[in-house]
Amino acid sequence: MAVAPDIREAPPLAIAGQPNPRPWRRLRLPNSLGVRLGLIGASLLFLAPFYWMANSALKNIHELSAIPPTLYPHAPAFENFVRAVTYIPFGTFLLNSVILTTGVTVGAAISNPLIAYGFSRIKWPGRDFVFGIVLASIFLPFPVLIVALFDIFAKLHWIDTFLPIIVPAFFGNPFFIFLMRQFFLGLPNEISEQARIDGANEFQVFLHIIMPLAKPAVAVVVIFAAVQAWGEFLTPLLFLQDESKYPLSIGLQFYRQEHDVAYNLLMAASTLIVLPVVALFLAFQRFFIAGITVGAVKG
Amino acid sequence: MIAAPRLRRFRLSPEDWRNLRTALPFIAPWIIGFLAFTVYPIVYSLYLSFTNYSGFGDATAAGFDNYRHMAKDPLFWQSLSNTLYYAALAVPIGVVVAIALALMMNQNIREVAIYRAAFYLPSIIPLFALTFIFIVLLNPGFGLVDFLLERVGLPAVNWLGDARWTRLSVVLLAQLGAGGPALIFLAGLRAIPSELYESALLDGAGPIRRFQKITLPLITPVILFDLIYGTILGIQIFTPAYVLTGGTSGGGAYTAGPENSLLFYVYYLYKNAFQYSDMGYASAMAWVLFVISVLLALAIMRWSRYWVHYEAT
Repeated sequence: MAVAPDIREAPPLAIAGQPNPRPWRRLRLPNSLGVRLGLIGASLLFLAPFYWMANSALKNIHELSAIPPTLYPHAPAFENFVRAVTYIPFGTFLLNSVILTTGVTVGAAISNPLIAYGFSRIKWPGRDFVFGIVLASIFLPFPVLIVALFDIFAKLHWIDTFLPIIVPAFFGNPFFIFLMRQFFLGLPNEISEQARIDGANEFQVFLHIIMPLAKPAVAVVVIFAAVQAWGEFLTPLLFLQDESKYPLSIGLQFYRQEHDVAYNLLMAASTLIVLPVVALFLAFQRFFIAGITVGAVKG
Repeated sequence: MIAAPRLRRFRLSPEDWRNLRTALPFIAPWIIGFLAFTVYPIVYSLYLSFTNYSGFGDATAAGFDNYRHMAKDPLFWQSLSNTLYYAALAVPIGVVVAIALALMMNQNIREVAIYRAAFYLPSIIPLFALTFIFIVLLNPGFGLVDFLLERVGLPAVNWLGDARWTRLSVVLLAQLGAGGPALIFLAGLRAIPSELYESALLDGAGPIRRFQKITLPLITPVILFDLIYGTILGIQIFTPAYVLTGGTSGGGAYTAGPENSLLFYVYYLYKNAFQYSDMGYASAMAWVLFVISVLLALAIMRWSRYWVHYEAT
């Protein structure tokens, strides 16, 4: 008697589920104290690496080599942060990271809404089949392409420029196309129809009617694209050779000199790289959650 | 405005043509990008895989030499087995951890948003930075992990220096990213109608039974997605191995961790292409990786018929 009929249509990817209007109450363990302890313990497990990063970043070289290790910095060496940014050309790497992240994010913000619009707000023959190819390309391992891509970019004389990393972002990303498309599909058709009747062409409908409504979804794309580009490792490693072009991801290896690694400086630099991501997350938590659980994006 | 079901027509109506023309400028960037940055490279690397090519000068025809060489190359087989070993552990463990996190994120507790944030945050931290943090965390001298192990009376482990533990260290590292898939599972959990749990409660089913009979079957489609996507990501594992072994700047050109235990498939592919300038061989490896990924995805799909729960009528 209890089998509800409304769960039958599991979406193919199962991440496009409709938000459940009901309060979410399940699997409640009897003792909420025990549950809390479990949750706190698991949280500590996931945050411990970052505590250890900050802890190690603040130790001087003597304290760092103490055995057993000190659980908090007894003599916090804040100057490690100054030394970390002067030990390697941190400023140059940071600037390169910012340029790459900005370029990729701008590309993602322009291309994905446009493409997703073509896959959702206009009904053309073969649309769903072609969109199937977009989705399938999510499952193609990128490393399959790297040898050929390198050769192609070399022939274009793009190696050692930011172009091989930024330009592809202007041609859309299947995840972001999927995400934007889910959002567009949720908007009623009437708003487009009205504008068309008033004589707007499709691009005007896109730009003046749909895009203003899509700001939250674009924000999700922007945030994810920025986080992804900030952490990008393989493409800069492949396509950038001159040290002056390196972003932080590749530049960090220079804390390793000969057989010695300046671990405290490395951790100080890692802290500086992690902090903007944490700040972005804390500021836009809602968008992160919405982006992952696509379909739940609301204005 | 849902089009009524009708017979598939091979002739397009004027309206179809108009819509196609309208849509084309919107999707053109994707078509161009897909052809230029995906289709063409795949085809081009198939061609390169049958050549000898250093990246400079011209590629010379080599027939099946690269593939024959692969069959006899012990490092190729080691990189493949390292990768499969890693994926075989990291992917199922990842699914279990993600489900566990999702169940915890779904608890009806006032401050649950804080725990949710704690579980999710590590998954958006750049992987290279996480790897550097792991180097410090797992250090036998000043690392936290061995310190804690010794505190509770367990032997310290040389995580990154002992060939038996290096790959497991990367498996552990990967679990820090479980917060992302956990959110997808959380969405799946929330889509389960609460009436199911209510009637199960009336029938006197305990939490474990409710999980087995209701929760687990209803999230099997998400498990399938996570398994396939996780496997595809797993066989691409590269960044942690590169960072842990010092990449180009540290270690001998041919070593990748103790006893080459961190020589993962893509790492070896990368070394062949960009350190040994053997682009032909690397292309052949790329194609084999492509085929492996398709076969693994198909195998999981086929296997899933036995356990994915689609609500029967």
